[in-house]
Amino acid sequence: MSFFFGVVVPYAALITFFAGLVYRVVKWARAPVPFRIPTTCGQQKSLPWIKASKFDNPSSTAGVVGRIALEALLFRSLFRNTRAEKVSWQGGPKLAYRWEKWLWLAALSFHWSFLIIFLRHLRFFTAPVPSLIRLIDGVDGFLRVGAQGLFITDVLILVAVTYLFLRRVVLPQVRYISLPSDYFPPLLILSLALSGVLMRYFFRVDVTAVKELAMGLVTFHPKVPEGIGVLFYIHLFLVGSLFACFPFSKLVHMAGIFLTPTRNLPNDSRANRHIDPWDYPVKIHPYEMYEQEFGKKMAEAGLPVEKRWM
Amino acid sequence: MYNARPVIIGLAVFIGLTTFPIWRALEKAAPAPEPELDTPAIQQMPEKLCVEATPTMRARHMQLLGDWRAGVVRDGRTVYAGQAGKKYEMSLQKTCLKCHANKDKFCDQCHDYAGVQPDCWTCHIAPGENKP
Repeated sequence: MSFFFGVVVPYAALITFFAGLVYRVVKWARAPVPFRIPTTCGQQKSLPWIKASKFDNPSSTAGVVGRIALEALLFRSLFRNTRAEKVSWQGGPKLAYRWEKWLWLAALSFHWSFLIIFLRHLRFFTAPVPSLIRLIDGVDGFLRVGAQGLFITDVLILVAVTYLFLRRVVLPQVRYISLPSDYFPPLLILSLALSGVLMRYFFRVDVTAVKELAMGLVTFHPKVPEGIGVLFYIHLFLVGSLFACFPFSKLVHMAGIFLTPTRNLPNDSRANRHIDPWDYPVKIHPYEMYEQEFGKKMAEAGLPVEKRWM
Repeated sequence: MYNARPVIIGLAVFIGLTTFPIWRALEKAAPAPEPELDTPAIQQMPEKLCVEATPTMRARHMQLLGDWRAGVVRDGRTVYAGQAGKKYEMSLQKTCLKCHANKDKFCDQCHDYAGVQPDCWTCHIAPGENKP
């Protein structure tokens, strides 16, 4: 049983993850992008004395790289998030747009916490542990409660995911557009983080044995040491579920952000000529050909024709 | 496939980075640690018993030490009833390190292996370690 949850599940999940991700990306790459369709959020490059918006309306590959990098690392599009509100102004109702940054803040702290937690976990998969991983571990865990270390990212991820989930449940507009596929990932990640926090701070498991199991997986000599607590297998199964469903759920936006035509294309349709990849010679049948075919019969029947057929 | 070159390069970089532990394990490998129990103090014990049973100690000795610290520093409790009702003084240096006097062959074995950086030694002094 522990062999199934300790070896079969992680391998199956990772194979599904990599195969599914390659499948998704190749499937996207096979779809032709006919012409430039970037979302423009600023002034296009035109005359030299008009200031162009380099990242919001990129005209070159460098601009596109900057745009995607800023989007992937800092979530610029969420930073622009606004909230529409009815306010009373000068005695009458008026629609006002407010800068709403909580979504950006929660999303950013959640994603960065997840990345740092992911990197921290590499200490279980590398022996000896690289100094960079030890550094991340040390900086993230420099707080103390009593003698117990406290990881800042552990607190942040719990707060941020809880906020992101509650936002979907509490705000009527967001709940209206939320589907099961929107609720599942935050709940899965919340239970993943909770099981990890429980294991780290409350119900300890034998960490050395956990690392022996992880190193066995990495070196393809899987072995399951005795006496690892059940909480570890719960944690491992949850992370396996996350990896396995990754390519087939909305989580795949990790790869999708780089293949979004509205983001990864420079807005240069007026500077360069783009040939439509769908533009093949179409079979046509104009009226001249029609009359060539039926002109005689039409003329016999007394229908108006352009040429003389009789 | 359109834009095959950047797509394949991107996928290859991603898979190469995420499978980094596998590549690394090919060149560097550390065997599982074997904390050594062979110290004079342990040799002389008639019955080789730690404060708690071995699985408990392996999994949660850090919590035990935290509880001991809180007990001594906050509550003034200094005696711990261990397994089989045996009484121990709650002290890292006077109790734990009396038997486990070999920090680099006992503590450090698992700590280095699992990449744990305990800050015990910022205040406490390991046996045989002269520098403060």
